[in-house]
Amino acid sequence: MTLRPLIIIKRIPNIDFMGLHKLGFALSIVLTVASVVLFLTVGLNYGIDFSGGVLVEARTQGPADIAGMRTKLNGLGLGEVSLQGFGSPDDVLIRLPRQPGDDKAQMKGVDALRTALGQSVEFRRVEVVGPKVGSELVAAGVKATILALLAIAAYVWFRFEWPFGVGAMLSTIHDSATTVGLFALLQLEFNLTTLAAILTIAGYSINDTVVIYDRVRETMRKHKSMDFRMLINKSLNETLSRTILTVSTTALAVLALLFFGGEVLRGFSIAMLWGIVVGTYSSLFIAAPLLYYIRPGRAGEAKDADEADRKPIAAAPTGPQGRTS
Amino acid sequence: MLYFQPWKVLSILIICVLGVFLSAPNLFNAGTLEGLPSWIPHKQISLGLDLRGGSHLLLEVDMNQVLRERLNAAVDSARTELRNARLGYTGLAVQGNQVTFTVRDLDRLDDVRGLAKKIDQELDPTVGTDGKVTLTFNESALKARQQTILDQSIEIVRRRIDETGTKEPTIQREGQDRILVQLPGIDNPEHVKEILGKTAKMTFQLVDTNVSVEEAKRVLPPGDEILPSAEDTRHPGVAGPSYVVQRRVMVSGDALTDAQATFQDAQPVVSFKFDTNGGRRFGEATKANVGKPFAIVLDGKVISAPVIREAITGGAGIISGNFTTQTAGDLALLLRAGALPAPLTILEERTVGPDLGADSIRAGTLASFVGVALVIVFMMVFYGLFGVFADVALFFNLCLLLGTLSLLGATLTLPGIAGIALTLGMAVDANVLIYERIREEVRGGRTMLSALEAGFSRAFGTILDSHVTTFVAGVLMFALGSGPVKGFAVTLCLGVAWSLFSAILVTRLQIVSWVRRWRPKAIPI
Repeated sequence: MTLRPLIIIKRIPNIDFMGLHKLGFALSIVLTVASVVLFLTVGLNYGIDFSGGVLVEARTQGPADIAGMRTKLNGLGLGEVSLQGFGSPDDVLIRLPRQPGDDKAQMKGVDALRTALGQSVEFRRVEVVGPKVGSELVAAGVKATILALLAIAAYVWFRFEWPFGVGAMLSTIHDSATTVGLFALLQLEFNLTTLAAILTIAGYSINDTVVIYDRVRETMRKHKSMDFRMLINKSLNETLSRTILTVSTTALAVLALLFFGGEVLRGFSIAMLWGIVVGTYSSLFIAAPLLYYIRPGRAGEAKDADEADRKPIAAAPTGPQGRTS
Repeated sequence: MLYFQPWKVLSILIICVLGVFLSAPNLFNAGTLEGLPSWIPHKQISLGLDLRGGSHLLLEVDMNQVLRERLNAAVDSARTELRNARLGYTGLAVQGNQVTFTVRDLDRLDDVRGLAKKIDQELDPTVGTDGKVTLTFNESALKARQQTILDQSIEIVRRRIDETGTKEPTIQREGQDRILVQLPGIDNPEHVKEILGKTAKMTFQLVDTNVSVEEAKRVLPPGDEILPSAEDTRHPGVAGPSYVVQRRVMVSGDALTDAQATFQDAQPVVSFKFDTNGGRRFGEATKANVGKPFAIVLDGKVISAPVIREAITGGAGIISGNFTTQTAGDLALLLRAGALPAPLTILEERTVGPDLGADSIRAGTLASFVGVALVIVFMMVFYGLFGVFADVALFFNLCLLLGTLSLLGATLTLPGIAGIALTLGMAVDANVLIYERIREEVRGGRTMLSALEAGFSRAFGTILDSHVTTFVAGVLMFALGSGPVKGFAVTLCLGVAWSLFSAILVTRLQIVSWVRRWRPKAIPI
């Protein structure tokens, strides 16, 4: 009884990842800086989870008369009402900015909106978040992200050595930061689900990094005198088929969510897809090459460990070293 | 490698069967499930409001209001105590969370100490040598009081919501001063919001007919207050007159035992009944004031101010006002359910209509199935028979995940479905790691069996590390996230945990059985 695979990756590739790592570092620095700049200048399109305000998904009978609804709602004095199509031509997404005043003011806003549109539409979804809850959710979200990054780094540190922990954390920060950058660039709504996606990306990216680090550590033990550059290349090439296969299965699941999961999950799926791609890239071109600069000590070579720590300061080029040491 | 202890095999099989068994009820709708024999588990995954439709309200209890009232009362009783003790004082007032005053006679500080303790059991006094006295809430009494207020509020909220006839509401405390209300099937919570927005403190107070409102506005007679009319619900926007009423409360709404909306002269009215004590007090008060008007006050607004024609001794009466059938019904409901100890503010509302919920379930399920199908095919294309083993493990992983969710009574949300789809994509990672390792070992020249053995054992550490890191992220999301994020975190964590079991043990069991049964010469990967 045999059922053979249709495709077998037989050959271990021999790609010079280390030869590309400076390009990778440069690209990542550019992406990260661009993300931070975008975040600070353009800013995120915060959903009401964080900004507070009112979000209504309404379905009209027949194609929605968005212009007519806009006129109606603008007459209410609720601030800058935003309307946009949502998925099908019958669906409209209406957003009220955070109403001036306290939590009660938000509720008054939505009541006015409900009354104005009245019986003509079906309210598929109504979300009202007061300023108090919004600011708490921001605080909890930031806290969760930072704690997750620290906890993951601590675990990697505990299981490996500190250079691995640092490498894992830097590449994870990179992944999270560029995801935020993507959301700022495309002005996609940033809400609680997006935040969940970023935390998952952190988990996924670290997962990928850990697999590669595991291999680096194993190779270090096996080949005690191997050139570190070669050693990293060898580890990356040996795990490459796994990297590709896992990225593929996860990406397949996420693509299914993106195309069939409906409008509500769209932001989440886009974040995840980006995260999977960038997480894989960062494991290959950031996390692994970083070890070259913050070199972990080799087993049984306690003295060398000290030396390795000092070495990069002399050997490393200025750019990436500035980030890592 | 080849040897699997029998108890291990048995445990693995039992767990897998249990998973199928526990997840099975989710395939049927509730009606079909009722008809099935009782030995089949009936627990289904409960759907979150974003999937089944309904309204989620987060309420905050305004504790400060109650504390302020308490402090004001303390000021009154301090004034009385000081007057009775003939102690001169200055600056008696509420300051922030404290009551402060300064005693002039510094020789009687011992008396002051004794007196200050008597003002309010829950307020701790500190008496300075300069005669300055501060009364502060003592920590434990304050906590106990807040707890009581929250518990009472929850109880009243529950009664009011039950009165509206909402099915299966969930009402639970959230943190120190919040109440989470979930109302499945409610797609327009405006009525509920309105009912919860009222404190419903009702009092019967005599109207002071000796002064007009204008006069009282200039000089307010001691013991009086000016109250506005309640909104005329039949003619919105029409402002009614204000009333000068005595502060002293004849009878309060606590003494009501029942209230019903009914009709009098074809007008909607609310009939009420007092308990014995309240009935007697109401009787005495009305007897002494025949011919004078009294005000029926709800939350500081006068509903109506009828003239007492004769003593009302029956312990029952009727409130007429500018009611519609709806507002009369609401008032009766509020009076039956009782007053809230403190006002509630709605901090958050999330309402999903039943159609969107159904659409979300459909989309989420479709996406999950498509995702799983793609992964299954992918694994078969790249690993052949071993891919099938991984797919079987994936199937059990899904069953165990759904089974656990059902057993725990966890709530499945739309992000939760996304979590399922995602974990299934990630779950095969463990298999990929093992298989790739086996391939490497074969390439390295190992025999088939030793390559299998090495593949499993060497991949294990990596698999564990990668699962733990995802798990850590999931646990943090659960601990710090709210609603939808929590739902996602639950499925992510459970999925990761079960994938460790299924990808390693279930796959391994299949491979071992295959080797023993077919005695293959080579590994087909």
